Amino acid sequence: MENSEKHLQDIAEIKQMMERSSRFISLSGWSGISAGSFALLGAFAAYRLMRSSTGPSLDSYLVIDAIIVLILALSSSIYFSWRKARKQGATLWSPVTRKLLLNMAIPLVTGGIYCAIMFWQDQLHLIAGCTLIFYGLALVNAGRFTNKEAVILGIAEIILGIAASIWYAYSFWIWGIGFGLFHILYGITLYSKYDRPKTHE
Amino acid sequence: MNNPIEGLNKVFESRIKLGVMSILLVNEWVDYNALKEYLEVTDGNLASHLKGLESRKFIEVRKQFVGRKPLTTYRCTPGGKKAFKLHLAALENLIKNKP
Repeated sequence: MENSEKHLQDIAEIKQMMERSSRFISLSGWSGISAGSFALLGAFAAYRLMRSSTGPSLDSYLVIDAIIVLILALSSSIYFSWRKARKQGATLWSPVTRKLLLNMAIPLVTGGIYCAIMFWQDQLHLIAGCTLIFYGLALVNAGRFTNKEAVILGIAEIILGIAASIWYAYSFWIWGIGFGLFHILYGITLYSKYDRPKTHE
Repeated sequence: MNNPIEGLNKVFESRIKLGVMSILLVNEWVDYNALKEYLEVTDGNLASHLKGLESRKFIEVRKQFVGRKPLTTYRCTPGGKKAFKLHLAALENLIKNKP
């Protein structure tokens, strides 16, 4: 039955090519877990800063903290995805990756500019919610090119962002849930669904 | 019972042609370099397979210039889609009805 063996291989090839050319499948579960952990560490550092210092220097400390978290979260996610892509024998920088990033960039850049405007206009209490909402929109937009869990995470972030804007007294904690806890949960879901070595019969 | 071999298309016996059709089924216009990247093949090899698909009117070619660089993109024709789907259905049938 070497023929049916070839047919099976053909179907596997078709499936692989369709996936590789239309979806970004190299996002590792570890990317989510590491990004979420760095967000929680950053939030913890911010919490300590807010208790120990006040005034204009506090704002710049918080901005530096946020930038460090962003760099660590991004670079660790890219590293784990690069590792997964290498294992899959795929390249990380594919046309799908470019489409994915472009679709994320539009809401993210808009959100970034909007948050900066809020900062200048002293609407600091609304920034946390704003980052959650625009990040959520970016994920929903990117969902077409990656796993459907990204869309679910995106919707969850949007809901949290709205909640953080209404009850802005708690927005710091809600931000921690959205960028920390939810990323870790997302990473664990991806890991158990796609990354964990499957035990085939 | 109808013969499942009927739908199988000899053209798609080639791995590269099969891959090209799979990619073009889920994407609109795809450029030559992207195809090369996904399929991990050499230039000459891919070009001849693409010509084969084009001559059977399974795919159509569009040549443009982006700045000064030529850009060749490919798309699946309705006929190509139909032929490929028949082939895929036949493959599935063969596996399902495996004795």
